[in-house]
Amino acid sequence: MIIDRINRAARKIPAWPVYIVGSLWAGWLFWLGLTGGLGPEPINTLEREYGSTALQLLVAGLCITPLRRYAGLNLIKYRRALGVTAFFFVLAHLTIWIVLDVQSLSRVWEDILKRPYVTIGMASFVLLVPLAITSNNISVRRMGAQWRSLHKLTYPAVLMGSVHFIWLVKGWPIEPFVYFGAIVVLFAVRLDVIQRMSRG
Amino acid sequence: MAFRWKNDLTEKDITPKQLWLNRRQIIAAAGASVVGMPALAQSLEPNTLSDIRSYNNYYEFGTGKEDPAQNANKLDTSNWTIKVDGLVDNPGDYSLADLLGGLSVEERIYRFRCVEAWSMVVPWNGVELADVLNRVGVKSSAKYVAFETVVQPDNMIGVQRRVIPFPYVEGLRLDEARHPLTLLATGIYGEPMANQNGAPIRLVVPWKYGFKSIKSIVRITLTDKQPPATWNLINAREYGFYSNVNPNVSHPRWSQASERRIGGGLFASRQDTLMFNGYDEVASLYDGMNLAENF
Repeated sequence: MIIDRINRAARKIPAWPVYIVGSLWAGWLFWLGLTGGLGPEPINTLEREYGSTALQLLVAGLCITPLRRYAGLNLIKYRRALGVTAFFFVLAHLTIWIVLDVQSLSRVWEDILKRPYVTIGMASFVLLVPLAITSNNISVRRMGAQWRSLHKLTYPAVLMGSVHFIWLVKGWPIEPFVYFGAIVVLFAVRLDVIQRMSRG
Repeated sequence: MAFRWKNDLTEKDITPKQLWLNRRQIIAAAGASVVGMPALAQSLEPNTLSDIRSYNNYYEFGTGKEDPAQNANKLDTSNWTIKVDGLVDNPGDYSLADLLGGLSVEERIYRFRCVEAWSMVVPWNGVELADVLNRVGVKSSAKYVAFETVVQPDNMIGVQRRVIPFPYVEGLRLDEARHPLTLLATGIYGEPMANQNGAPIRLVVPWKYGFKSIKSIVRITLTDKQPPATWNLINAREYGFYSNVNPNVSHPRWSQASERRIGGGLFASRQDTLMFNGYDEVASLYDGMNLAENF
């Protein structure tokens, strides 16, 4: 069966290449921006590319548990790499925004206070910081059950990230709503799982 | 009557054709030397034709900036007619030749400021809207001009997806429409207007945010009531009827105090946005009006 084959392959393929591919992808996008490959307005394009890649990786991370539970697909060993790489893209997104886009710390601060889509984006980032810091074996061991509750923060953080995206676009483009929909569905699936566990 | 308005950007500001044809390739080849580009952002040198044709908002062809360049080739501009109706002496369906024939086409190098806080400098070719209005004869009861963009659902992927309501509509007060700065443009850099820029004919109102400069016009209506404007219909809190460029009035979601010139590369610096996009000669149109309320 295909699932077994993927599971067997996953046992052989380590998680560390995720970090390598993520870094190469980020670097490649930056190089394209430098050399005209991202079109005539590379700053905004790069900012959005980093942001949407972060969102995609976070959504991918949220899929891991439902995939194991409902499809028997065991990709759990990649979850940390997906999450940490997503955080790396969030950092890159934030850095481009501060340094190349807004270009002034006072205006950055003003935007965080005054612009709701920036506020919610920053809030999402703040929630992700402790998750990134505790994404190591020592933290998992020392924190035990606390670690699992702490990492449930992924859900509000990702949801806020997708609202941040919806909030900044004009009109009704499809992409930000696809992320939002996917996150809500994954959320619902996860809640169902929790309910069933408490029943049985 | 043409040549009523004197350009503050001159022929010298136009990039020689050799240069604008080559600049993108030069940028691509130079790689890291793009660091030297911010100077461009501060100058009034027009953007390259390639910038102007590859970074567009034209939601009929998709919401991405590169979508119009990719999808607008499907627009059918053959046998273009413009319906002129409402409070005019000579209503009817006009061909471009009927509407523009004999009028002098001028080159106007204008700053172009998008409501999204980016800007370009574009060397338009066009006629003054005032001349066209004189040709169709405006009745004295008319107070506004309404415009409508073509809808070709089979050719327009954004119309199929209904990302915003179509047809796209816009409007001006009659005195704004008659101001010598206001153009009906048919070309850029002496080349015919590219589809993604609003071929074959579009409005250019340089002191207002770009979305007021409606593209691919198929209908011009003279009316005595303020006409609907698409972005105002979508979200009146964010987009007013006037939408004059104004650094002091923020968009509810972002500041309008500064802008980024397209074409400056990855390290382009921001520049301050000017009141009326630098076209102070229109200020008298709004004497006594509160521009924070009538944004």
